[in-house]
Amino acid sequence: MNEEVLHKGPLVVHDTGHANHEHPKQTFITKYIFSQDHKMISRQFLITGIIWAFIGGFFSVVFRLQLGFPDKTFPFLEDIFGHWATGGRLDTEFYYALVTMHGTILVFFVLTAGLSGTFSNFLIPLQVGARDMASPFLNMLSYWFFFSASVVMFASLFLQTGPASGGWTIYPPLSALGDAMDGSKTGMDCWLASMGLFIVSQLLGGLNYITTVLNMRTKGMYMTRLPLTIWAFLFTAILGVLTFPVLLSAVVLLLFDRHLGTSFFLSDIFINGKILPNEGGSPILFQHLFWFLGHPEVYIIALPAMGITSEVISTNSRKPIFGYMAMVGSFFAISSLSFLVWAHHMFVTGMNPFLGSFFVLFTLLIAVPSAIKVFNWLTTLWKGNIHFTPAMLFAIGFVSLFISGGLTGIWLGNSALDLHLHDTYFVIAHFHLVMGVASMFGMFAGIYHWYPKMFGRFMNNTLAYIHFWITFVGAYLIFWPMHYEGLAGMPRRYYDFSNWESFKMFQGLNEFISIVAIIVFVTQFLFIFNFFYSIYKGRRVTDRNKNPWGSTTMEWTTPVHPPHGNWESEIPEVHRWAYDYGKDGRDFIPQTEPIGVNESKH
Amino acid sequence: MNNFFIIAIVVLIFLVIFQISKASEYVSILKGEEKSRKQNNKINGFLMIAFLILGLIGVWWCNDILYPDSGLKVGAASVEGKSIDEMLWITIVITGVVFFITQILLFWFAFRYQENDKQKPLYYPHNNKLEIIWTAVPAITLTVLVVFGLKYWFKFTADAPKNAQLIEITGHQFGWEIRYPGKDGMLGRKNYKLTDPAKSNSLGVDWADAASRDDVHVTTTMHVVVNKPVKLVINSQDVIHDVGLPQFRLKMDAVPGIPTTLWFTPTITTEDMQKKTGNPDFVYEIACDQLCGKGHFTMRGVIIVETQKEYNAWWIKQRPEYLKAKEFITASNANSTKAVALIR
Repeated sequence: MNEEVLHKGPLVVHDTGHANHEHPKQTFITKYIFSQDHKMISRQFLITGIIWAFIGGFFSVVFRLQLGFPDKTFPFLEDIFGHWATGGRLDTEFYYALVTMHGTILVFFVLTAGLSGTFSNFLIPLQVGARDMASPFLNMLSYWFFFSASVVMFASLFLQTGPASGGWTIYPPLSALGDAMDGSKTGMDCWLASMGLFIVSQLLGGLNYITTVLNMRTKGMYMTRLPLTIWAFLFTAILGVLTFPVLLSAVVLLLFDRHLGTSFFLSDIFINGKILPNEGGSPILFQHLFWFLGHPEVYIIALPAMGITSEVISTNSRKPIFGYMAMVGSFFAISSLSFLVWAHHMFVTGMNPFLGSFFVLFTLLIAVPSAIKVFNWLTTLWKGNIHFTPAMLFAIGFVSLFISGGLTGIWLGNSALDLHLHDTYFVIAHFHLVMGVASMFGMFAGIYHWYPKMFGRFMNNTLAYIHFWITFVGAYLIFWPMHYEGLAGMPRRYYDFSNWESFKMFQGLNEFISIVAIIVFVTQFLFIFNFFYSIYKGRRVTDRNKNPWGSTTMEWTTPVHPPHGNWESEIPEVHRWAYDYGKDGRDFIPQTEPIGVNESKH
Repeated sequence: MNNFFIIAIVVLIFLVIFQISKASEYVSILKGEEKSRKQNNKINGFLMIAFLILGLIGVWWCNDILYPDSGLKVGAASVEGKSIDEMLWITIVITGVVFFITQILLFWFAFRYQENDKQKPLYYPHNNKLEIIWTAVPAITLTVLVVFGLKYWFKFTADAPKNAQLIEITGHQFGWEIRYPGKDGMLGRKNYKLTDPAKSNSLGVDWADAASRDDVHVTTTMHVVVNKPVKLVINSQDVIHDVGLPQFRLKMDAVPGIPTTLWFTPTITTEDMQKKTGNPDFVYEIACDQLCGKGHFTMRGVIIVETQKEYNAWWIKQRPEYLKAKEFITASNANSTKAVALIR
């Protein structure tokens, strides 16, 4: 029925004319800035995320320069950073500011807001068959709270005392005392204020996503017919709604300690020749509050990438996803377990060893649903007919990186090994592979896959292929050798290793890693250019190829440029699950097609 | 000038790549999109298998170069570290097997099942038996790892052996202070409010406690006896630090207000380790492993592992800190007794 309905009306390329029938006249401001259309909001999240990714990535290049070439000077750094890089050499304090900002930006602004903000917003209404989010207004607020959080964080980069520099985990007392480091002065207040705004944004967004998935599915779209992307976004949103408030409590208590003289996290401190009056607080309490968000946060980052990967792999293998219910079940298992593993970040804080043993158990348990996912992806590829679209390449890359980074999680989650490996380069290698680069790959897969729907144009494939292969090879060249540095116990967050007898033999390797990191960073310009150029000049999606990858899901049944409201007439009804690829000899059967009389059951 | 050239070259390369990409798009339209798509598919399929093969060679090559530096070749220098190395090896083997199997399957499938007009994709939505197998097998394997891990975890975090030598180590921005108990085997009580470096009391020791009078305080370098367990009591004066002991394979945070402990049994003297590593400058280092401020990377301590005889020779030269601090106590006796009274 949908085909019929869709082709009945005149095919409108410019959506404005049509949308105006149902909505008050759109001005530039209501259409592009304070838009309540989920598609526009998702593009706002995406572009803001890309800008942040550029800044965060650039910071990593700058501190990699220091790590790779500790005895060289780079005069151009002084041109950019002024007194933070006098004579072309990074100030140590500023080095830590860069490390901190790199982590904060990538974890929160890029891989949380940029990834789930973009794709939850874009795909939830389109794939469940809704005209918009449950509350478009809250959705708009969600973006603008994120935007204000961005503004505050960005402003903190220009403070005289610099932005926050105590690491993205901002452990007090370091982050609580201006005497401990310059970044813990105004920069830390900005960080906390920004994070407060960010949490509000996440809550508004998350509540909206959950409500929309639960209440606004179109007729026939049972929960068991949802594409795995939607399941992933649903669990992501639930995690966010339940854990971000705990971070907010940590933020508030830390502000109290900083400005109101309370002692939640402070005790027995003698610093800069001063004896502080605070007694009885516990810095470990902060770590519990932080990681109660911090660990689920890892899954907030990873789940959307897993959902996108599942969808892209199934579509481009021309085969149903293997073990749909097992995939949903493992999402559920990962999400539930993620609440019970936070203290594996704290094995060496002197925590009660008995308590620690439970965290070991749950942490290693979480490897089981992760393994199920990997095996299911592999089986989906098996006997498929694989189309290597750029999205598919990134999805395969995701699986590879997820395996490599996931397996080292089994090392680190085992507390006895963590006694040695904690806070070394091994940890850096582990989490960059499994949630940093892998989720970035999930994001790239999503962008390349849904770009035609988002902008009505195609990106350039050749640029995308070059982008993929250099990034993929580069990611392994950067992070694989770091495992060896970690095994030798080389600590994270060191400005210079040249005075350390135990670590200085890795200087040559550090130089190599820095060079690769620079190449990979420069390669991302191919993507950025491709992305923005194609918005205006890419090949147009026409009605003939408006479902370019041959997908079953509902978003491709909308017009090339969906109006605000997504479908021009009635929302189509759903009759089947999202993965009828290669069934009964047909390439794919859209979800909106009724079950045929002679159709086989699965 | 140099920078300018680099930027110019990078921009030029970009332009070339961009033009080629743009041109290939036009060519593909001329040639027929379907045909050029299939060509690209073949290229990427080939790159998948090439990546797998080169990747496996790369893994081997990387290991060849970096293994000697990883510390695993020399081995741990403590009894506990040896257990951790053993566990590392078990984990490397188990995860390594999974790693190679899954990565090879991933890229092999990608190559083998690339688009081909002759093959029909298999409609294969689920298989309960398979799914149960690959839930159960990881679960059992992980149980083995958990059992091993917890066995060692409980051993290392249990109380130190009775004969362990007690040493206190205190971190501050950016250095380590080390305190040895004297003959009585007990460390004197501390109160951070008594901290006063100007009065030779940088650790805030309460001299009213008789146990404090024979304690020895040294900076940066710790001496310990080979094959004798050492129990560290770890403190911090300001922010969180971490006593990281890479060659002993252990670490523990130093948390202000909450003392922590860590014990280990060094098995190789510094001198022997210099021979074993072939590095005449080798020393056991204490690396701060928790970001503690701008001097974090300079927060270095040294542990000298030596024979009992060498240790005794060093110990005999040490003098209790109290002897230095005493003059200030008499000079401002009133204040100090008042402070002590307050604390009590």
